[in-house]
Amino acid sequence: MRFEGIAHRYGRDVDTDVIIPARYLNTSDPDELAAHCMEDLDQDFVKKVQPGDILVAEENFGCGSSREHAPIAIKASGVSVVIAKSFARIFYRNAINTGLPIMEAPDAVDGISSGDRVAVDADTGIITDLSTGTSWQAQPFPDFIRDIIEKGGLVAAAREKVGK
Amino acid sequence: MSAGKTIAEKIFSAHAGVDARAGDIVIADVDFVMGQDGTSPLAIRALEEMGVSGVFDPARVALVIDHSAPSPLEGVSALHTMMREFGKSTGVHVYDVGCGVCHQLLPEMGHVVPGDLVVGCDSHTCTYGALNVFSTGVGSTDGAAAMASGKLWFKVPETIKVTYTGELAPGVFSKDLILYLAGMLGADGATYQALEFHGPVIDDLSVEARMTISNMAIELGAKAGLMRADAKTLAWYEGRGDRAPAPVEPDADAVYVREIRVDAGDVAPQVAKPHAVDNTSPVDDVVGTPIAEGFLGTCTNGRLEDLEIAARILKGRRVHPDVRFIVAPASRRILLDAIEAGYIQTLVEAGAAVVTPGCGPCVGTHNGVPSDGENVISTANRNFKGRMGNSNAFIYLASPATVAASVIEGTITDPRAYFEGGR
Repeated sequence: MRFEGIAHRYGRDVDTDVIIPARYLNTSDPDELAAHCMEDLDQDFVKKVQPGDILVAEENFGCGSSREHAPIAIKASGVSVVIAKSFARIFYRNAINTGLPIMEAPDAVDGISSGDRVAVDADTGIITDLSTGTSWQAQPFPDFIRDIIEKGGLVAAAREKVGK
Repeated sequence: MSAGKTIAEKIFSAHAGVDARAGDIVIADVDFVMGQDGTSPLAIRALEEMGVSGVFDPARVALVIDHSAPSPLEGVSALHTMMREFGKSTGVHVYDVGCGVCHQLLPEMGHVVPGDLVVGCDSHTCTYGALNVFSTGVGSTDGAAAMASGKLWFKVPETIKVTYTGELAPGVFSKDLILYLAGMLGADGATYQALEFHGPVIDDLSVEARMTISNMAIELGAKAGLMRADAKTLAWYEGRGDRAPAPVEPDADAVYVREIRVDAGDVAPQVAKPHAVDNTSPVDDVVGTPIAEGFLGTCTNGRLEDLEIAARILKGRRVHPDVRFIVAPASRRILLDAIEAGYIQTLVEAGAAVVTPGCGPCVGTHNGVPSDGENVISTANRNFKGRMGNSNAFIYLASPATVAASVIEGTITDPRAYFEGGR
C-alpha cells in the first residue's frame, strides 16, 4: 500500500474531542462527520485537506474518548494515513478496526513540516519527505493489519473471511 | 518457580484459561459489555454488518442513554430509538433517560463484580477498577464483537504500582490525588499499561472516592486503574446484583514495570488548567481566576458523597450572582438519596440548577454549554478544548469541594478554609 499527499502537522495529545466534537455525534454518516473533522483544533482543516493528504502529529494522538467516529471522520475527510510519534491505546485499535492506516514514526514526525509532500510505502515502512528528499524507515504494517485496512475495516475483512 | 502476578495478569489468566503474563496476547471471555448513546449506534450497525441478530447473553449487555439525555436534537432522538429497538429485539438491558451515567449504573445495579473482565464503548469504563474489575474502554467495533461472541482479544498490560502513603489533609480529596498523579506522569504516562493503586490512603477512602481515582486512569493513558477488593468493597456489594464477587489479590512478588510512591500529605487541592488534564497545579496558583460556570457531576464526581461535600460548603450560602452552578447527580438512585438527605434542597436553595442524571455538560451535548471566553470550573475528568461544547471556553478541573467553594466566591477558591483544621 502506498500513500502520497500534503502533510498537515499538529502537536501532542490531539484528543478525539477535537478530532470530532461530541456535539456532532448525532450522526454516524462518515461524510457528515468529516465535515467537522479537527474543527475545534483547526477550523480550516476541512477546507484545506485534499484526498490522499497525510496527518502528522506528536505523541499520544487520539487520546480521550473511545468514539470510533474519530478515525471514521479522519478517513472520510480524505486523509490517507496518520503518522504520529505515538498513539493512544483505544484510538490505535479503533483506527485499524475502521480501516484507517496509522504509523508510529517519531523521527519522521520530527523531520516533516506542514505543507511538505510526503510519500509512504506501508509495505516497506519507508516514509519519504518529497519536498526535502529525506527518508525514514518505520515499521511496515504486519500482513493481518494490511489485510484489514485493504478490506476497509475489521467487519468487512471478517465478513470476507467467513464468506458472508 | 515463576514470578507472581499482578491483578491484571490474574484476571486475564482466569478469563483466557492460560497463564497470562504482561505482553501476551490472549482471547478472553468478557463478563459484561456496555455501550452508551454516543457509541452504541455504531456498535449496532457493526452487528448488523456482521449479520448478527442477537448477543452472546442479553443479561450481560447494557446500553445506556446518558450522553444526551433527554435528547436535545432530533438526530439524537433517532439514535435513542435505534437503541431502544435493539433492546426490544435482543433483550439486553436498556437504561433510558433519567437512569444516570453508565459508569455509575453498572456497579450500582451489580452488573459488574470484583474479579470480572469488562469492556465498554466508553473510555471511562476503567472506573470499575476501583471495584477490582479489569474494565477498559473499547471502540464500537470491538464492543460489537464482544457483544456478539462474549470474547475479545487483548494484550495483557504491564502494571505500574502506585502507593499513596501518609494522610490526606482536610479539604483534600481523592480527585486531588489523581489530578496530582496526572501532573506527575502526564497524559500518556501509562499508555498501554495498567495502574494498580495501593497504600493506607486508598484503604481509608470510601468506595465512591476510590471510583474517582480509577475513573481517571485513562487520562494518564492507562488501560485500567485497579485496586484490591477489601471489606468495604464487599460490604458495598451487599444486596446488589446476583453474581458473587470473586476478589483478586496481586501476589506479593508480582512484577511491576514501575513503582511510584506519593505522600498524600504533600498533595494540596489540585486544579487541571485548560486545555489538558496533565496541566495541573496546586489551587494556590490559580486562586482568583474568575469563573462563569461551575459544574458538579459526571462519572468522576457525581456521587452521593460528592453532593454531600458540596452541600456542606454551600449550606446557608449563595452561589455568586455572576455564576451558573449546574448539578447533575450521577444516577436516579443518587438523586433520590440526595433528596432524602436534604442535599438537593440545600444546593437548590443556594442557587444551583439541578439537571437530569447524565453526562450532558461534561461532553458538551447540552445542559450548560459555556459562552466564548468563559471560564468553567468542573468536577469532570476532561478539560480538552471544546469539550463542553465551545472551543473558545476554558475548563478547569477540580474536586467537588474546590468547585463548591469557587461558585460561592465567583473565582477559583481554595476549599481548605471550609474544613476544620484546613488552612
